[in-house]
Amino acid sequence: MSEASVSALSAPAERVRARLAGAFPDTRASVAGLDLPTIETDPAGWPAVARFLRDDPEMRFDLLVDLLGVDNLRRRGRPTRFELVVHLYSTVRDEHVRARVLLDGENPELPSVVDVWPAANWFEREAFDLFGFRFAGHPNLRRILCHQAFVGHALRKDYPPGQRWMCTEEDLYVPGLVAREHEEADQFETVVVNLGPSHPATHGTLRIVARLDGEQILEAESEIGYLHRCFEKMAETHTWNQVIPYTDRLNYCSAFLNNVAYCKTVERMLGVEVPERGALLRTILSEFSRIMDHCVCIGANLVDTGALTNFWYLFQPREEIYGLIEACCGARLTVSYGRVGGLSRDVPADFVDRCRSLLRSIPRFLDDVDKLVKRNRIVWDRFRGVGAVTREQAIAWGFTGPCLRASGVGYDVRKARPYDFYDRFDWDVPVHRDGDNYARYLVRMEEMRQSLSIIRQALEILPSSGPVSAADWHVVLPPKDRVYHDMESLIYHFKWVMEGIPVPEGERYEWFEGANGELGFYVVSTGGGSPYRIKPRPACFPLMAAFEKIIVGSRVSDAIATLGTLNIIAGELDR
Amino acid sequence: MTIPGGKTLPVAGPPARPLDSMPSGSADFFTTRLDNLVAWARKNSLWPLPFGTACCAIEYMSIVSSHYDLARFGAEVVRFSPRQADLLIVAGTVVDKLAPVLRKIYDQMPEPKWVISMGVCASSGGFYRAYHVVQGIDEIVPVDVYVPGCPPTPEELMFGILKLQESIQSGRNSRDDRSARFAASLPAVPSP
Repeated sequence: MSEASVSALSAPAERVRARLAGAFPDTRASVAGLDLPTIETDPAGWPAVARFLRDDPEMRFDLLVDLLGVDNLRRRGRPTRFELVVHLYSTVRDEHVRARVLLDGENPELPSVVDVWPAANWFEREAFDLFGFRFAGHPNLRRILCHQAFVGHALRKDYPPGQRWMCTEEDLYVPGLVAREHEEADQFETVVVNLGPSHPATHGTLRIVARLDGEQILEAESEIGYLHRCFEKMAETHTWNQVIPYTDRLNYCSAFLNNVAYCKTVERMLGVEVPERGALLRTILSEFSRIMDHCVCIGANLVDTGALTNFWYLFQPREEIYGLIEACCGARLTVSYGRVGGLSRDVPADFVDRCRSLLRSIPRFLDDVDKLVKRNRIVWDRFRGVGAVTREQAIAWGFTGPCLRASGVGYDVRKARPYDFYDRFDWDVPVHRDGDNYARYLVRMEEMRQSLSIIRQALEILPSSGPVSAADWHVVLPPKDRVYHDMESLIYHFKWVMEGIPVPEGERYEWFEGANGELGFYVVSTGGGSPYRIKPRPACFPLMAAFEKIIVGSRVSDAIATLGTLNIIAGELDR
Repeated sequence: MTIPGGKTLPVAGPPARPLDSMPSGSADFFTTRLDNLVAWARKNSLWPLPFGTACCAIEYMSIVSSHYDLARFGAEVVRFSPRQADLLIVAGTVVDKLAPVLRKIYDQMPEPKWVISMGVCASSGGFYRAYHVVQGIDEIVPVDVYVPGCPPTPEELMFGILKLQESIQSGRNSRDDRSARFAASLPAVPSP
């Protein structure tokens, strides 16, 4: 690395480089010109570097955010065919870092880091499934998203996107705990119970196999992938803008948040600024989406525990927000309203009035639910002290969002790294220290009220007119009347549709506060009209990975209540 | 049959006569075919099993909750056990890993049974033309009504259910009917 590139490093990157260079002289400690401080290492040195990153007092990267593979087959200037990219966050120092392990050969092997970050368990299984990386020392290295009869590794660049493999009933996975003898002298016979994938409490596409002693769960294993619809492969075969509808269907309970997170990531790669009105409208609708997401989570969770009334109380505000969103873009659930550079169109004339009437009506429903739930003896018995996660566990398992805040860590991306106008609003991050189901319920309820407060403040500073999208016609579609009357606009229109947006070559990880935790997008561009690789950071993936550990020792009915408060959305979990 | 306003509605069965001209007691019965009566009962008491996997399942939740209220069409007794259901609503993408599960659930449902494919993913794979997605559930189970949309609005699904009810009442497109048509479409086997 030349002197010039070192001097171009940002201050945190320079600190990481200096510290790492002292400890590991062989490691390429930092890469200039990237969005995050990046550490490059080879497989042999990876465990030591990982341990250093977690334990060194000046590093303390204790939360594994994401771990993913990249296939460099059609990427210029990369030294190896594959690489493993890891994003880390330090809850102590509030900083992100990227580690990159360069992997040589067709079937690379590298040491597992499950013992460093327990959250790596499922992420490594995913990298094995989709790229074929073999993690030595991994406790349970088998396919996680694709079915057992699948052949090949789907996200490799030489795997055809439409190549399917038939899965029959015999190919369904049977966990090891089913076959294992589990009888002790002082125990009665134990029973194995299979929940899902088609079970009302598993919300369609999760499967949990548990061994019970009476009512108590002795061990459990969850199986996912029943909604793996290949988001990442699809994104690689479409243009940058065509990916937006796919992002809607990641977390479909708050589709607009996904839209915005993806668009903002691409905007930052392009260096495009969204005008103030567009950014504020995004904020308002994002917060409404957050409220809808929490409504579904709490409503469905309370139904699972037998309280049907709350479901109807919480679905009514949702229906009303749907009305607002439908007026803006024509769709209720999967909105595709965001565009790179702004929004697809302006909001209707009565938008502000509609928002204000929602601000008046929603608190009433929330208060009703709170009255029914908060001091309810049955809810207390079902929720308090059940599914408890300590602060240390939550960090080790990679929790983010309401579940992390319910365990006592006040990490909210909107506060930690404010984007749009979040630093101009007066609002609080609710935190609870118990970490149980009840704490998660309380945090979500309070978050909805804070979201309402943010919307109220955003409406006050919302300009009554002005553009909602940037006026950069390389990125945003020119207005239709100009396309018909102006040659230059016609050319822009043609190139936008036929070639896509010219996103410069490079890679970037951007993270935002989704409804259920840190929602990030890691994007690699090779300069073409299509993305080279897009990896969403699914907020509920680590939550689901931890679920089988949380429920050990509790009863089956408690497991159902816990699953509901974790808020697992299969579209985002399996992608 | 005359309604207030003087309009005359056609009445099935016996020839129409003004009600007041009928002798007392003679209008207290009507004739029908037994299978019509059974079909009428069936179409108005559908017990759906929502096989919800993805976004469409969220819209399905909307349709059964208070705002849209599917109960108005007699199809609100949601059952999650295939043994108790006669209408399978596949709401959402079905992937290869889930395909054997869907087939098993369909097989476990007692006759007579109907299938609604809700949304484009269930109908054709939608825009997931990908390595792990079933390109339409009719690869696995027979479908009676396809409801397009991504996801369909509650109104669209209601329209689909009404269409299915029409089809049940008419007796067309029942399983026997389909089997008969399939058998008729086969080439005649030449006698040896």
